[in-house]
Amino acid sequence: MAAREGSRNRSPGFSRRAQYGLFLGYVATVAGAVVAGVILLVSTFDPRTFTSLRTAAAELTTPVASAASFISSNIRMIPNTVGDYFALKQRNEGLRKQIENDLALTQRARALNYENQRLKQLLNLQERSSSVVVAARLVSSSASSTRRYAMLNAGSRQGVGDGQPVRGPIGLIGRIVETGPNTARVLLLTDPESIVPVRRARDGVPAIIAGRGDGTLEVRSVNATNVEFQPGELLVTSGIGGIFFPNVPVARIISRSRDLATARPLSPPDTLDLALVEAAYLPIPDNDAKPR
Amino acid sequence: MARVRGPFDTALPPVAGWLIPVLSVMAGSLLTLIPWIASFPVLPPFGLLLLLGWRLGRPNALPIWSALPLGMFDDLFSGQPFGSAIFLWSVSALIIDLLEQRLVSRDFRQDWLLAAAAIAVCIIIGRLAAAPIEARVDIAIGLQIIVSIMLYPLTATLCAMLNRERTLV
Repeated sequence: MAAREGSRNRSPGFSRRAQYGLFLGYVATVAGAVVAGVILLVSTFDPRTFTSLRTAAAELTTPVASAASFISSNIRMIPNTVGDYFALKQRNEGLRKQIENDLALTQRARALNYENQRLKQLLNLQERSSSVVVAARLVSSSASSTRRYAMLNAGSRQGVGDGQPVRGPIGLIGRIVETGPNTARVLLLTDPESIVPVRRARDGVPAIIAGRGDGTLEVRSVNATNVEFQPGELLVTSGIGGIFFPNVPVARIISRSRDLATARPLSPPDTLDLALVEAAYLPIPDNDAKPR
Repeated sequence: MARVRGPFDTALPPVAGWLIPVLSVMAGSLLTLIPWIASFPVLPPFGLLLLLGWRLGRPNALPIWSALPLGMFDDLFSGQPFGSAIFLWSVSALIIDLLEQRLVSRDFRQDWLLAAAAIAVCIIIGRLAAAPIEARVDIAIGLQIIVSIMLYPLTATLCAMLNRERTLV
């Protein structure tokens, strides 16, 4: 390539080699674009086709993202820490008061819990308890994409597997969709293709939460009756479908409406960093284990 | 004293010739590693912006087929369905090349217009391929397109600065 910088390399002169090289470049690009079109069709219909390539790339880059996330979360902590130091005394008093106020409620809850356990024993109910697989950090996300994915810095070596639910300190975050040895990709609740079966915490009305892609969630009632949703109502997982454990808080309704409401996830997605990966509630049994 | 390589100087060393453009586009694609969990599409596609900056400003820096491997690299990190950047980037490179053959004069505003069209088409088709039609991302996508188009002069300037580094004697 001895072409002059800044000039168009469109007429490479009399050199046959340069002419063929230029021509082959165009042929390769057109052929590559056609192949890429086919690849794109394949991966829209079956997004798992190219998982291995993506996870391999993520294995290489997630350590960098983890380091960046660690540094930035420490920097973000500084103003909070300074503020906490000065507000400590006031907050301490407030908290002490709150504990006193809540004492009666706690006692009552304890009694109810005990009664609940005894009743379950009477019914011989089989209970599965949630078990945390690993606590890890969400380090980066697909910020330029229409899809809402986040990268987790733990993978199959730490026990993470496809389909496991991920929750934050406050509520549900999403579930694992791709796993590498040390990284995993989390499909966030707000992704347009994420669906979580929920029920209203107040009265157990079943509903489905689907992501919208713009940070909010769509709540669809699954009952035939017309259900009215009020702002502020809490939605928790119902355990239907076997992925998410029941009674994990998911979202809060933000506008009053019938049957189709808008909600906001409880874990505000842009402040997430720590995440707990849990075992799937009722994992799908292997094909070999099925009775014939 | 360092000066920009002129027409009578020796050709660029082969590695420096392509390494700087390729690495800059790859770094643009890797910007998704920033520690931040976005709740809607907001980060401009910097890989695409830099590729357009090179292809429109310094067409000899990257061969036309480079859109294929660079697009594949972007697909590994963007979260869009695999193949979308390979397809969209190479098709935009080809179409820009076709249009440039027919254009008589050139100036920066014309380049900006071509880049704006390429950015808008790539983001919109990428959205249609990635998310179902009923997803409410269109306002966010519109903002992303506007921000990306406004950022193009900046990335084009960055390409020009890198090109100066690249061609110093």
